[in-house]
Amino acid sequence: MITRRDLLKYAIKGAAGLALPLAAFEIMNPKKLLADISGPGKVRWAFVVDTYKCVGCGLCVKACKIENEIPYDANVTRTWVERYVLTKDGKLSADSPKGARDGFETNKIDLGLGQFKDIKNEDIKKAYFVPKLCNQCENPPCVQVCPVGATYQTPDGVVLVDRTWCIGCGYCIMACPYGVRFFHPKYHTAEKCNFCYHRITKGLKTACVQACPFGARMIGNLKDPDDPVAKIITTERVSVLKSEYGTKPQVYYIGLDEEVR
Amino acid sequence: MVHGEIWTLKELFCLPNEYIYWSIQIVMYPFMTGLVAGAFVLSSLYHVFGVKQLKDIARFALVFSLALLPVAMMPLLLHLQQPFRGINVMMTSHFTSAIAAFGIVFMTYGSIVASELWFLYRKHFVTTAMALKEKRNKSQFEWLRFLLFRTLTLGAYDISEESLKKDEKAVKVLAGAGIPVACFLHGYAGFIFGSVKANALWMTPLMPVIFIMSAIVSGIALCMLTYIVTMELRKLFVSRKKSSVGGYQTRDEIKSVEIHVIKMTAKYLLLFLILAITLELLDLIFRGYTAVKSWDVLRSVIYGKDFTNIFILQYGLGNLVPFILLLLPGLTLRRTVLSVLLVLFGVFMMRYNVVIGGQAFSLTFMGYMHYEMPMIPDSWETFKEGLFGAVTVAVTPFVLFWILNKVFPVFAYEESH
Repeated sequence: MITRRDLLKYAIKGAAGLALPLAAFEIMNPKKLLADISGPGKVRWAFVVDTYKCVGCGLCVKACKIENEIPYDANVTRTWVERYVLTKDGKLSADSPKGARDGFETNKIDLGLGQFKDIKNEDIKKAYFVPKLCNQCENPPCVQVCPVGATYQTPDGVVLVDRTWCIGCGYCIMACPYGVRFFHPKYHTAEKCNFCYHRITKGLKTACVQACPFGARMIGNLKDPDDPVAKIITTERVSVLKSEYGTKPQVYYIGLDEEVR
Repeated sequence: MVHGEIWTLKELFCLPNEYIYWSIQIVMYPFMTGLVAGAFVLSSLYHVFGVKQLKDIARFALVFSLALLPVAMMPLLLHLQQPFRGINVMMTSHFTSAIAAFGIVFMTYGSIVASELWFLYRKHFVTTAMALKEKRNKSQFEWLRFLLFRTLTLGAYDISEESLKKDEKAVKVLAGAGIPVACFLHGYAGFIFGSVKANALWMTPLMPVIFIMSAIVSGIALCMLTYIVTMELRKLFVSRKKSSVGGYQTRDEIKSVEIHVIKMTAKYLLLFLILAITLELLDLIFRGYTAVKSWDVLRSVIYGKDFTNIFILQYGLGNLVPFILLLLPGLTLRRTVLSVLLVLFGVFMMRYNVVIGGQAFSLTFMGYMHYEMPMIPDSWETFKEGLFGAVTVAVTPFVLFWILNKVFPVFAYEESH
């Protein structure tokens, strides 16, 4: 007959005895395992935008919408172009009508609510265009806040969304300091630029890079020293958007003005 | 139509993808959770700290807390774009996200409230089940009732003095454990907002604390309101039936108990109201004083676009007026009802001003977004994220309370201990 006291004794002894050999095993992190097998990744996608070259034609936006099947007339877009106009009276105006899908056709600044502001050419101190897209942050806040892990970072640095798992809470949209995320009008899940992951992983350029007639957009591999994009980032003077958020964005800008938000 | 486009008006320079994605349901979420947490803290004041004057309202608050609990989750489900995938949060919780732990915190809290109620009402379950068992020729309804109560006893039929003492102790322990969990449940709702670094209005470590304080305020206010309403109804019954209702014989008897409880609870309401307002003002002053980059746009929202919502409706009508009303000597029931209604409105406006106000300006700091709540539900989306959805959420706890009251009689049951 085994007493309760004995049972407890044996249980404790057994558990302690098992714990020792079990300690020899290690629970491996899948990421670490992958790194151990394949060595450190050979690819880190990065983007360069040369704002001096952008003319605001919007062909990149058009190409992106078609390539990535974002309903053409829906007022959301994975990439867009902003126009900044600084006038001589020191005032800054900016707009991005329809994400500049149709380019900037007039001098009038879109003020929203159906209102426009006409700016005369002679009043302009400086004006420029800034294309925007997902920054594929090294430290992405959107991935951090996703409650179900439907959005994640690939080993080559691109942040993707799993449309089959996203619950559509919108927390990632709130967390992104760059406003690149939105709900897909058809799938009703979080949506964003993914550097045309289906293309770049097959050796193609992104749709926007391919569509840009002026070479204002470039994509490349940061870990390849001979890559033209990596060369620009490492040897030229570039900057990133909103570095104060600690997101470590990987879209680098040439000629980024202080006023760009 | 893109989600959010229906109710968002953009002014000046906003990014193309910016809309008010978190609308009225996300206002309802912290509001309802706040009521849950507040009601529980109120009931714990009696059970743990032995504030005897709150005895009558304590049991009531606990049952109400349980009625509110499922409703804290309702607005979240209603705002999801994929509501049927809501369970994914439990399946693949991604714990770096503040929302991921919601299921766990919510369940923990739910089980604490449920078990506390069980210990509190165990004697009632046993006596009811026994009485029904004895009864011959049970009707179908009585059979069901018998089955329900027999299940609720969980097989524990011992209602001796000794075991009831143990129950009492268990209630105390659970109520004690419940306070930090209730505060966590709601502080955590505050954390969901406070930790969004991209949002200049939300990001402050004070957010969880502010949320807890205003939660307790709203919880106490709602309990007081519901308490008064039920007591008034019982007065009506007493005078109609000319017989005793719930142990009380006359209208005056009810009235004296009622005003006593209300006066006592009002003191706690005032205390937490002071704490809540102090913290909110501290946050505001700190932002103005440090005046970081975002302050320009925040100032234009707080003192400009949302001035009426914040200073007149929230602080003025929702805080200051009830504060004075409750402090004036000779508190009457009518004045209390008005005050607690205003307090509830004030807390609701606070949630509104945080959630909608936080999305009232663009990430560019150069544009504004206005929220126009859909009133007429002409589609599923405008129903669930519009006036009707919000009203549905607000009404549900009262319906649930009515049902729960059948199982957990809040008033009629004479306490043994």
